Amino acid sequence: MSIHLIIAPIVLPLLVAALQLVIGERRRRTVATLSVVSCIALVGVAVALLLAASQQGDGAAMTAVYRLGDWPARFGIVLVLDRLSALMLLLTAVLALAVLPYALAPWRHRGGHFQPLSQFLLMGLNGAFLTGDLFNLFVFFEVLLAASYGLALHGSGPRRVSAGLHYIAVNLTASMLFLIGVSLIFGVTGTLNMAALAELIPRVPARTRALLHAGAALLGVAFLVKAAMWPLGFWLPRTYAASTPAVAAMFALMTKVGIYVLLRLSLLLFGDGAGPASSHFGSGWMLWGGVATVAAGIVGLLGARDLGKLAGYNVAISAGTLLGAIALHQAAVTAGALAYLVISTLGIGAFFLVAGLLASDGDEDTDDTLSLEPYDPGGVDSRSDALFAAEDESRVVLSAPVAILGVCFFACAILLAGLPPLSGFLAKFAMLAPMLDAPQPGARVLFTLIVVAGFCTVIALCRAGIQIFWAEPERTFAQVRVGEIGSVLLLLGLCLLLTVMVEAPLHYLGDAARQIHAPASYIHDVLPAAQVAP
Amino acid sequence: MELVLAIAMGVLVASGVWLLLRPRTFQVIIGLTLISYAVNLFIFSIGGLRTGADPVLHEVAGDIAQYADPLPQALVLTAIVIGFATTALFLVVLLASRGLTGNDHVDGEDGTP
Repeated sequence: MSIHLIIAPIVLPLLVAALQLVIGERRRRTVATLSVVSCIALVGVAVALLLAASQQGDGAAMTAVYRLGDWPARFGIVLVLDRLSALMLLLTAVLALAVLPYALAPWRHRGGHFQPLSQFLLMGLNGAFLTGDLFNLFVFFEVLLAASYGLALHGSGPRRVSAGLHYIAVNLTASMLFLIGVSLIFGVTGTLNMAALAELIPRVPARTRALLHAGAALLGVAFLVKAAMWPLGFWLPRTYAASTPAVAAMFALMTKVGIYVLLRLSLLLFGDGAGPASSHFGSGWMLWGGVATVAAGIVGLLGARDLGKLAGYNVAISAGTLLGAIALHQAAVTAGALAYLVISTLGIGAFFLVAGLLASDGDEDTDDTLSLEPYDPGGVDSRSDALFAAEDESRVVLSAPVAILGVCFFACAILLAGLPPLSGFLAKFAMLAPMLDAPQPGARVLFTLIVVAGFCTVIALCRAGIQIFWAEPERTFAQVRVGEIGSVLLLLGLCLLLTVMVEAPLHYLGDAARQIHAPASYIHDVLPAAQVAP
Repeated sequence: MELVLAIAMGVLVASGVWLLLRPRTFQVIIGLTLISYAVNLFIFSIGGLRTGADPVLHEVAGDIAQYADPLPQALVLTAIVIGFATTALFLVVLLASRGLTGNDHVDGEDGTP
């Protein structure tokens, strides 16, 4: 592998997005082709990087470092590729490619600049996964957030603008906290390179350690806002429910960025090697925060009255589950959590798309999400008008959309609830089985809540499915374009594939978890050996 | 100098947080702007406050400690640019919300009829 391949996931979407902006909205075919080429290339690059990252490790895991401008790591900025970041890159690329047909199919109804914005989002995501430097992390976070602001507002309409306003305000405030945290850490340690920080933290004098912890805690709060931990995540269900389905499916990955950064930083900076005063700093907060998030998600899930919110609370539950699982600092649990992260991202992405298809009625300006019946028995079905849509003759139409949509909905429900036949169960099992061995008292609580959350997901989705598919035989569904259902089938097919071939991915995830749990090799690979810290 | 700067940042953040929690979108954006000013000042000051220190541009013989720390300056520049861009974007959304809902409440609807 050429070392320059590491920067390709950042440069490629940037160039493609710039080109698409220059070409302009009117040449849709060219813009769409560019996006397809870019996404396929990104998947190829991610696979190559994944193979490279997994080959390097025999015994002592290696980390590939790309020095921007060829300055040594303490002075310059580095991109770092290890198994975890390669995994996240591949997940991002696959999700983007799978969502693309859906986003391309109904372009007539959409607002402008969807493709360049999603390419910028990819650039920000890939950059955040690759960077080895806290300030660059801030920059890539802002890139992906700026793109996500545009995407959240995509399609416009009062509901989206109102939800987008909250989303932007919350995230701007979180960015301020991010900056304060970063500058506090810089003030104490004098560096922002993650590896150099990990090396310095055990030697921070007790006098300034409290400041360092305050900085790390502020930084953590900023990520927890992105990861939608319970008191900080109220923006999530509303924003996700209001966005267009393709955007919401991409956003399924956005909470995982927060989780990824928390996982990386908590293990690298505050792992076992951080000295007695700092090791496992904040993990108790993350564990109980995760528990609270799952609990709040269950309540929201059972109370949600439309499909978009239902999916949004599923995002919250999966974020809470991951948050709690990574806070345990057990390599086996982390490996299972990574499997759960992959499956839940793909599953929730597919669920958002299915929810969009069930509600899509050709008129993108109205409410996109399908609302379910309120609980009062005499309730009048107020939304039936919206569901009887004018049909567009020119679409490529499948003959039995209801059957296909029903099967897809069912598959999503099984995946999200973690029931046996599909990979959702395997991932959940891989995470929950080692969780019982964790010494923390909160682990049992988390275990119980995750199992309860699975049951409640079954209840909520069954109820929704019965209302949509069985309760009203006269309901007609909007017709489905091949590209749209293709996206869903692709995502579900991937999950199915991961059900059949479990061995190799789980082996890789185990390696990845062990690698991030042993940060010494990361530090050693990133920092040039000749230089000894002052 | 430290005291003056600390008080200035404290006042900015306090006013910013208060405005951020107000119900009108314009107050929210002014609050965000004030907080971002305070944050920029804060980043600028983390390198240590000194008067008369040389920037790294000048060749000054002697100790490296005589220079002002260039990294916070670079960081604050980036933060200013990004903050400016996101605030501008927020302003656009604010105007769109005003146009679509007809009022300037953050929830898009006034509690009072």
